[in-house]
Amino acid sequence: MLVLQAIIEGILIGGFYALMAGGLTLVFGVMDIVNFAQGILVVLGAYLSYALFTHLSLDPFLSLLITLPGMFLIGVAVYWSMIRPIKRDRVIMSLLVMFAVGTIIEGILDLIFTSNLVQIHTSYVNSSVKVGSLVFADIYLYAFAMAVVLLAGVYYLLYRTRFGRSLRASMQNPTAARLVGINTDWVSAFTLGIGVALAAAGGMVFGLTNSFDAASSYDLISRVLAIVIFGGFGSLTGALLASVIMLSIEDVVAVVWSPTWSQTMFYVVLVLVLLARPQGLLGRKAVRAQ
Amino acid sequence: MSILQVTDISKSYGGIRALDGCSMDFEEGAINGLIGPNGSGKTTLFNVISGYETADAGRVMLGGKDITNTRPDRVFELGIGRTFQVTRIFPRLTVMENLHVASQRRGFVGQLRSWKSPAERTRATEVLEFVGLSRLADEPAGGLSYGQQKLLEFAFIMIASPSIMLLDEPAGGVNPTLLRGLADRIRALNKAGVTFVIVEHDMEFVMGLCDRVNVMHHGCALTAGAPAEVRANPDVLEAYLGTDAKAAG
Amino acid sequence: MTALDVTPVGAAAPEHIPYEPPRAIRWSGTGLVLVCLAAFPLVFPNPAVTQIAVTTMIYLVAAAGWNIFSGYSGYISIGHAAYYGIGQYTVALIVMHAKIAAGWDTFTLLPVAGVVSAILAVPIGFLLLRVRKHTFIILTVAMMFILQSLAFNFSWWTNGSGGLELPPATWQGSFYNEPFYYVGLAAAVVACAVSWWVRRSKYGLGLLSIRDDEDRAQGLGIHVTSSKLIAYAASAFFVGVAGGLYAPFIGSVYPQFGFDPLFDLAVAVVVFVGGIGTLSGPVIGALLLVPVQGYFYLQFGSENLFLIAYGVLFILILRLLPGGIAPAVTQLWRRVLVVRQQRQAALARSGPGPAPALGGDEVAR
Repeated sequence: MLVLQAIIEGILIGGFYALMAGGLTLVFGVMDIVNFAQGILVVLGAYLSYALFTHLSLDPFLSLLITLPGMFLIGVAVYWSMIRPIKRDRVIMSLLVMFAVGTIIEGILDLIFTSNLVQIHTSYVNSSVKVGSLVFADIYLYAFAMAVVLLAGVYYLLYRTRFGRSLRASMQNPTAARLVGINTDWVSAFTLGIGVALAAAGGMVFGLTNSFDAASSYDLISRVLAIVIFGGFGSLTGALLASVIMLSIEDVVAVVWSPTWSQTMFYVVLVLVLLARPQGLLGRKAVRAQ
Repeated sequence: MSILQVTDISKSYGGIRALDGCSMDFEEGAINGLIGPNGSGKTTLFNVISGYETADAGRVMLGGKDITNTRPDRVFELGIGRTFQVTRIFPRLTVMENLHVASQRRGFVGQLRSWKSPAERTRATEVLEFVGLSRLADEPAGGLSYGQQKLLEFAFIMIASPSIMLLDEPAGGVNPTLLRGLADRIRALNKAGVTFVIVEHDMEFVMGLCDRVNVMHHGCALTAGAPAEVRANPDVLEAYLGTDAKAAG
Repeated sequence: MTALDVTPVGAAAPEHIPYEPPRAIRWSGTGLVLVCLAAFPLVFPNPAVTQIAVTTMIYLVAAAGWNIFSGYSGYISIGHAAYYGIGQYTVALIVMHAKIAAGWDTFTLLPVAGVVSAILAVPIGFLLLRVRKHTFIILTVAMMFILQSLAFNFSWWTNGSGGLELPPATWQGSFYNEPFYYVGLAAAVVACAVSWWVRRSKYGLGLLSIRDDEDRAQGLGIHVTSSKLIAYAASAFFVGVAGGLYAPFIGSVYPQFGFDPLFDLAVAVVVFVGGIGTLSGPVIGALLLVPVQGYFYLQFGSENLFLIAYGVLFILILRLLPGGIAPAVTQLWRRVLVVRQQRQAALARSGPGPAPALGGDEVAR
């Protein structure tokens, strides 16, 4: 029974990890860049929700109304100022630039909030729901619901709107996309914006469920990266599947074996998957040459 | 006598059959031409022969030896060098360094020594003079013009003294003087014993240079023969121009 | 045969201006730097200063080693802290279990730290190098975190988050740092020598061709997999040595400081600033940045300003001098010579009188 609980909890938590991973994989798919700052952006989202909660008593879920658009704009701005000017070696240069941007954000957050661990303590943080013999924290359920809504929104955007079509076209062949009049710069900027906004949402949940400080980003980015690699770069569905699978495995291992090993399991799974299938679950096979 | 043969090669990309049971052979010591309309699979065939792509089915034989799906570095060591449609050189290395990448050295210790050995340098200088790039020996290859890069690619294939040179559209985007120079050099090397397989669209170039021409269409071989024969072959005309040409005679 | 020589009609051949300063300058420059470095602690014996000097040497060894792989092959690794940690733990564990005396004996473990790192780098590298460059970068980070979590979890061996202690060296007093400095300097000289040797070898040329166009290189007979793997192991060796020197210097080893992403960032910034893929780049970067970083630590002590400063610096360098300082300086030097040559040529053509428009001899890059 404990295992079943662990699996379901893994699925619930995997939902919001899918938000963060989804943002990352989408950005890679469209622009071939790895947003190394995703981890710290999640933490930024967490701090923003935390600040809004402590100073304005705004419920974190409601704070999304502010943080989502805000972080979206941050994403667009970062793309325009940092990524777009890069002319050579786009993939590697943009990765390093995002690495640097992330470092700067971390320094600023540490400066403002110091290294005290904080957490968003809403009234419902500790309440839970009983289903049969299984117990689930309310937060996980709300977070999962929100993740579903947001991801559904992204899917809708991708597959039912003109913007989404432009985005998918840019993913498959940026040159051809430009030739048919798609402004790949704006598509890229908006995609990074979406990716960062999703990070904000994930950050809000992260802030509710974990105590964190600016240095928490490292653990996050490595897990999210592991998920994205597992799911395959560029595949939103892959990120979703990978999140759910990885988190469930982690939870099961924590319950069945030991919590300290569950973290490592994450990476062991990743390594095994890469040995067998370097492109991940649903990733594209041939990477563009160089 | 054929030195290079492909038998029943097939290669698909997703739903597209780039090569469909392609069989042909290339004559030793000759300048072989390989022509065909766009999309007939010529470059894919080169990719398969040189190991850049793996064939789904079929065999590639070099002088009786099966070299199907051999890695590109092994293929080069076996004596087959190839150029690319869009030149691929090493832009950040100098022209001289580009050449030295290709000069082969045996053994572990050989790798540790300086790349500027006197013997190799002499050979590299010879080759550079042969293609007329001596003055640019110490320039970064990325600064070369398109035509010069084509010559550079030609040169660094040459330096390893391959027995077969696969040239993918060597005449593409090249001015007439350079073209004549290229043709002269191909003939000179051929006289010295190098077999050539040249993919080209420039018919004058092909017909004037090649001893034998293979024609591809829809991923497989259509016909082969002396240039004059191939030129007059109605099937070839049809492949290039469509059925109207055949009807019009 | 149709002539293909590319001389413009009628022009006299201008003397070719080399892309690098002549050997005499390069070698004497190196000698000068070496002498200065050797004399440094004698001129500035203040322990606070020599401590920074030791850190500089450690980073120099790591930077030169990292550059052998990431600089020459173009595969950027930001997970080499894995080998920094392995080097530290190797020395710490051997000192603990084999009861090696503190002090000079500990230095004999440096090559061991390097070799252990290099040996472990082979299977790790083999796994990581199966993917292309951008996936590779990410995997290096993941690998580093795996090792960090292993260091935390295998606590019966590594003492987990409690860390390991090393006894301080037997020599006391205000000259405590000097032996570490000179050992570090020796290691740095070795690292740079190996880097120089690789650069001029046929093997190194192969690495550079991989950097420019890996598939093309393979098509010319370069064995790309083994080339990359060897460079990876060599770089791991030197980073491991750096770690092996750091552990006894600091006196303790912890998972989060051994396997520290900030180390990767610092090494990357140092090499990028100096000039990635060049011989002098790591030296310039380390000698320039590490003392500055050390100074900041002394003055402000806070890590967050350091993060911000490094981040900003990295971005500036990536945008303004993507090649780094060393190539920018050589380009500038060359430009000066070329312009001077053009002026002289123009004067010679026109005789005394107003100089005509300068003709172009430069190959546009």
